[in-house]
Amino acid sequence: MTEVTMTVNGKTVSGSVEGRTLLVEFIRNDLHLTGTHVGCDTSQCGACAIHVNGKLVKACTMFALEADGAEVSTIEGQANDDGSLNVIQQAFKEHHGLQCGFCTPGMVMAAADLLKTNSKPTELEIREHLEGNICRCTGYHNIVKAILAASGQDVSNIAAE
Amino acid sequence: MYNFEFKQPTTISDAVNLLKSDEAQALGGGQTLIPTMKQRLASPSTLVSLTAISEMKGICKNDDGSISIGGGTTHAEVASHADIFAGLKTLAENIGDAAVRNRGTIGGSLANNDPAACYPAVALSTGATIVTNSREISADDFFQGMFDTALEEGEIIISVRFPVPTSSSYQKFVQPASRFAMVGVFLSKFADETKVAVTGASEGGVFRWSEAEAALNENFSADSINNLSVDQNDMISDIHASKEYRAHLVKIMTQRAIKGAS
Repeated sequence: MTEVTMTVNGKTVSGSVEGRTLLVEFIRNDLHLTGTHVGCDTSQCGACAIHVNGKLVKACTMFALEADGAEVSTIEGQANDDGSLNVIQQAFKEHHGLQCGFCTPGMVMAAADLLKTNSKPTELEIREHLEGNICRCTGYHNIVKAILAASGQDVSNIAAE
Repeated sequence: MYNFEFKQPTTISDAVNLLKSDEAQALGGGQTLIPTMKQRLASPSTLVSLTAISEMKGICKNDDGSISIGGGTTHAEVASHADIFAGLKTLAENIGDAAVRNRGTIGGSLANNDPAACYPAVALSTGATIVTNSREISADDFFQGMFDTALEEGEIIISVRFPVPTSSSYQKFVQPASRFAMVGVFLSKFADETKVAVTGASEGGVFRWSEAEAALNENFSADSINNLSVDQNDMISDIHASKEYRAHLVKIMTQRAIKGAS
């Protein structure tokens, strides 16, 4: 076992892990931050998407030891300081951007990553950015709509489907 | 996944020394190797991560006009760099998905030489040079068949040097589930010649379509390959596409690449 230390949602954490311990396992099992989901465990579905040093990654396809010293953000760190939903989370709620909710943490993290570099993305840009995030309820339409709304764009002409 | 000892050296020489131990394996971004280890198709006893070696990262323009990309540079970094030529930019920004592009590296892709990977096509088409810790290998000698390269045990890709074509185009017919190339064609047009490299299609891995190159050197037009075709017998056949379909796609994607580079 090896010591690993990282900053998760602004807090310094450490633990003892094996070489093979995946980052998502460390986050869920050691830190008990279970908002980061494991859907496929084969880097297809994106339910485990988080940010490492400001970059969107799949936490099931990275070892915990690779994140030693890194700044990590997960869905638990997305809400506003007063505990209220952030703009993206609020938009998902308002536009019915989730059905079963399993993919939602990854969708929100992917959306946050996109809006950081592209504050007014087009529908196509959103869909391209979500290529690595799968919603098995197939609720993509409202996820895209929620992200458009979160970026401050008018979605009143987009029908709910 | 079987357990292993994880090492993260910060210099090339330390990495090379660590890779001398028994059953040691280099780890780039891990976007192929980690899933492979989960399936127990690979079980190294030591994993040597190359991601903390800063001299293997980054992109620079050389005095002779060529571009060098560090082996540990991610697809996302390549895609967003200002000095990258058009075909290479298209190629890098369409590998996998956004999260995969933030981890996967050019060195990892070339060393693995997956028959459907994108990077081997641009390396072969531009006549790139693969710079390792011990020598320089031309792309024509580097790719030796499916998942097979000229790399020796423990040899790592430090950087890749690309001659910059006057125009270039990468046309990828995506396998919709994996986002790998069902067929991908990279065309590089230089002042004196045109080179066409095809990935995703052949049982032998990436290859140069020399008949198409000869025709294009005569006359650079999509019509000049109308009467050419690749040998169907060399094509991959799987649930995604038959040999015949892949052979057809090679021609179509080459014609699109010719138009894309015109």
